[in-house]
Amino acid sequence: MFLINCPYCGERDQQEFKAGGEAHIERPKQPTELSDDEWAEYLFMRKNIKGVQFERWNHAHGCRKWFNMARDTSNDEIKAIYKIGEKPPTQ
Amino acid sequence: MTQNLRVKSSEFIDETNRISFKFDGKTYYGFKGDTLASALIANNIHLVGRSFKYHRPRGIMTSGSEEPNAIVQVNPSSNITEPNARATEIEIYEGLEASSQNCWPSVNFDIGGINNFLAPLFPSGFYYKTFMWPKSFWEKYEFFIRHSAGLGKSPATKDPDIYDHRNIHCDVLVVGAGISGILAAKNAAKNNFKTLLLDEKNELGGSTIFEANEDNKINNNLASEWLKKEINELKNIKNLEVKTRTSVAAYHQYNYLLARENLTDHLDKKDKKNKIRQRLLKIRAKKVILATGALERPLIFNNNDRPGIMLSSAIKKYSNFYGVVCGTKNIFFTNNDSAYESALSLYNKGIKVEAIIDIRENSDTKIIKKINDVGIKIYWSHTIVDTRGYKRISSISIMRLSNDGTSVTGSKISISCDCLGIAGGWTPAVHLYTQSGGKLTFDDERKIFIPKADTKEQISVGSCGGDFELDEIIRNLNYKLKNFLNINKTDFDSIALENDHETSKRNIWLLPSDQSIGKTKPFVDYQNDATAKDIKLALREGFRSIEHVKRYTTTGMGTDQGKLGNMHALGIIADTAGVKMGELGTTTFRPPYTPLTFGTIVGRNVGEFFDTFRRTPMNDWHIKNKAEFENVGQWKRSWYYPKEDETMHQAVQRESKAARQSAGILDASTLGKIDIQGSDASEFLNRVYTNAWSKLAIGKCRYGLMLNEDGMVYDDGVTTRLGENHYIMTTTTGGAANVLGKLEDYLQTEWPELDVYLTSVTDHFATASLCGPNSKKILNKIIPDLDLSDDNFPHMSFKEVLIDKIKCRIMRISFTGELSYEINAPASYGEAIWQKCIEAGKEFNITPYGTETMHLLRAEKGFIIVGQDTDGTMTPIDLQMDWIVSKKKYDFIGKRSLYRSDTMKEDRKQLVGLLTEDPNIVLEEGAQIVSELNQKPVEMLGHVTSSYFSPNLNKSIALAVVKGGKSMMGRKLFVPMENKNISVSVANTVFYDEKNERLNA
Ligand SMILES: [Zn+2]
Repeated sequence: MFLINCPYCGERDQQEFKAGGEAHIERPKQPTELSDDEWAEYLFMRKNIKGVQFERWNHAHGCRKWFNMARDTSNDEIKAIYKIGEKPPTQ
Repeated sequence: MTQNLRVKSSEFIDETNRISFKFDGKTYYGFKGDTLASALIANNIHLVGRSFKYHRPRGIMTSGSEEPNAIVQVNPSSNITEPNARATEIEIYEGLEASSQNCWPSVNFDIGGINNFLAPLFPSGFYYKTFMWPKSFWEKYEFFIRHSAGLGKSPATKDPDIYDHRNIHCDVLVVGAGISGILAAKNAAKNNFKTLLLDEKNELGGSTIFEANEDNKINNNLASEWLKKEINELKNIKNLEVKTRTSVAAYHQYNYLLARENLTDHLDKKDKKNKIRQRLLKIRAKKVILATGALERPLIFNNNDRPGIMLSSAIKKYSNFYGVVCGTKNIFFTNNDSAYESALSLYNKGIKVEAIIDIRENSDTKIIKKINDVGIKIYWSHTIVDTRGYKRISSISIMRLSNDGTSVTGSKISISCDCLGIAGGWTPAVHLYTQSGGKLTFDDERKIFIPKADTKEQISVGSCGGDFELDEIIRNLNYKLKNFLNINKTDFDSIALENDHETSKRNIWLLPSDQSIGKTKPFVDYQNDATAKDIKLALREGFRSIEHVKRYTTTGMGTDQGKLGNMHALGIIADTAGVKMGELGTTTFRPPYTPLTFGTIVGRNVGEFFDTFRRTPMNDWHIKNKAEFENVGQWKRSWYYPKEDETMHQAVQRESKAARQSAGILDASTLGKIDIQGSDASEFLNRVYTNAWSKLAIGKCRYGLMLNEDGMVYDDGVTTRLGENHYIMTTTTGGAANVLGKLEDYLQTEWPELDVYLTSVTDHFATASLCGPNSKKILNKIIPDLDLSDDNFPHMSFKEVLIDKIKCRIMRISFTGELSYEINAPASYGEAIWQKCIEAGKEFNITPYGTETMHLLRAEKGFIIVGQDTDGTMTPIDLQMDWIVSKKKYDFIGKRSLYRSDTMKEDRKQLVGLLTEDPNIVLEEGAQIVSELNQKPVEMLGHVTSSYFSPNLNKSIALAVVKGGKSMMGRKLFVPMENKNISVSVANTVFYDEKNERLNA
């Protein structure tokens, strides 16, 4: 059970949050221009890496804000939490 | 036999407080402070159960939560009986009743003993091999298993006890109150850390508290005496909370731990009433100190499972702590010095120790000299090759070990005994450490797995960290604690320590016998009757992974989770397969560490508190008017309103007719409502709905369909434009929270440039939906000033009005196909407005109807219910709702997916109407649809999604999804049921008033 530091509310129990899958996948601006394969790539293909993964999280039972998290999936260490629109940390 | 085996009064037992209890129907006596196990042993009862597979007699083996054999049923004759309790953990109380669990028909009668002779037929994997074939024999096997296996009996009635949950936040959590835990907790609290100290036992002090070894001294006192003073001081320390009888069950990430606090199990029956029995502590600790100690290992040799064979440390605890001797003629069998302490303890109390068998060649520590001095015979370099005695051990046979430890030599010596203490060394209790994600490292010299690393948030101290000798424990604890808590000094910086150091070690995972292994029974897992032989067989059959061997042999899969024998299983696998133990890894230690009751897990969340109920403002009226309720999400919705002895069917038919013939009223308050404001609100709706929204005039309503990005229908509802930049969206009852979440997601992450604000207002409004040809007349009575003409207030429009000075929003929208008005009032006036409608409607026989009638009426019109007629695989095109998908809009959520090759296929499952050939037969929802009856295998074309008997059409109607259904209009299909095949034909989805004339009737 993670302790998640919501950038808007502070540390809260994982129960208050909802995970939203891989982060930094931008919705294509012109979907009609894409081939089926390109659209499928956006729609279905997600990474599932062992190591540091960038994910979207939502403080669903709190401020309802979405934010991003860098989490090491091998040991569940939360490396960083940053707001939507901010660049992911490089380290 | 009622021999009293109390040896010496113990300060931990209150001999002035005699307690009677029943075991297997007979009454016995013990004292306050006894466990069921210590009280039974005091009554000379060792045999407490039968083994799982071979039905062998089994006795009490340990004194703690690792007990594999003494598993009992508490209150066996009661409806609220509890299975799988460990006799070694149950504190006796007046009125306790317990019985052996695995002993059908009785512990002294051998029905399954036959299995012992048939043992060659029950090798590892016997469940997989035997019970799977032939299939028809399963029932016979099942009978055998259910009757003879020790699975216990589950309670038959509701648990009457009270359970509770509590959240605790602390700076430092210390798990285990042995010497390390006590010193750690004390020093943490003294340094202003808010500290919590937990121990599963009822007394603090771990094993040191009953230590009698005079060579172990702290500040020139016996270690036990010194520790008692430390414990005494604990109550004066601020910032420190101590909880006994509290067992940590799980250790999750981020120092989140679950512990079970036992509050009343030890109390007399009469004192338990109206008290919380167990409490689940949900602990979030900034730092955790694990001081969980170590578990003594058995030794694995032929017939090592007879009653009277116990862990050496347990014998010591029974004699030193409980004042009970386990036998009058004792032998110890060991590979280390700790058995000598147990032996000396007994000797000092005047109990006979016949011999000590030691597999080591020699050892010359002080304790061994003392044993020599008192004349106890030590057999160095010997091993036990066999034991005798059926319901209690009576003798052992020993032989000399070869130098390499793989065989025995010389002549056999037989020694008689009634108790055998076995000491195979110590296994650090790393269960919680690994649960938290910690990795282990194998110390090859000492043959133990120890924590690989401490962290800033967690350390392991004492024997669970691999420190076993007093000076080593205290020294390492002091060093670790200072770093961990960032403090300069502790109050045991300059403590004087004296103790023996073990010098000689020898470890043999599987001890040899003079007989071939095939003829021996060296048990590794007592509870599951798995022997070393089974493990070797599994390896011979090709199993290599420790996880596979575990499951194939069932080693470590009992309620004790293999706390005793897992290390030996690993050792035997490593030796047999010729690999290093460190490379083998271990099986996963899963929570809970010891079993939890369901009561503890659910706490107060039982009965009506199991889930939250949401009730509408009109709920009291529904109850008064005898509504039956239906759960929709968390809502309690009126389902139908039966009159007198009407059945559900009769009520629904009556309600449906009334709504179409005159007037009906539905409580629609549960529909999700989202208030949408902002200068980009119209653009936002354009992007989330499939149809166009920019041109919707203020005061108008529009039905919208929302897709997922994959093109599948997600939700639907009517949205009304209240102002230039203000909309109110309705969603399905069940989808409200998810829709809001999804819209927020797009707003915050994809379109942050849009000026839009979303607010859930579901609970702010109560909604009464007035429907039927007379609804206009009723509304006119309520609001005479409002012009209800089609010109002023047409279908799909909205008015804000005052009803008795209450501001209400009225939408003229319809989910039934009838002329219909939805009156939205502030929630607190919901019931008043509803009453007003009922009063005004009396002359028109206004009929309240529930969700069932609502579903029927909308099915007559072919309106979908998202989640009933759709299942996340239906596009709007599949639903024949092409009309709602804008071709002009450049983009909306899910649009691109509607043009994927797969979603454009002609033969997708599509929504159609179904009519039965016999209009009186109503199809079952979920029933499969086929086109051929004699084809095998038959192709399933789809299934029925909605089905009713329509009183307005006087025939059965249904909606269904059918492969390629759109092009099958009029085609005959079949719905095969258990006893009959129902002929149906594909029809239009709209069964009633196809031209929508009634909307303006
Ligand atoms: Zn928040």
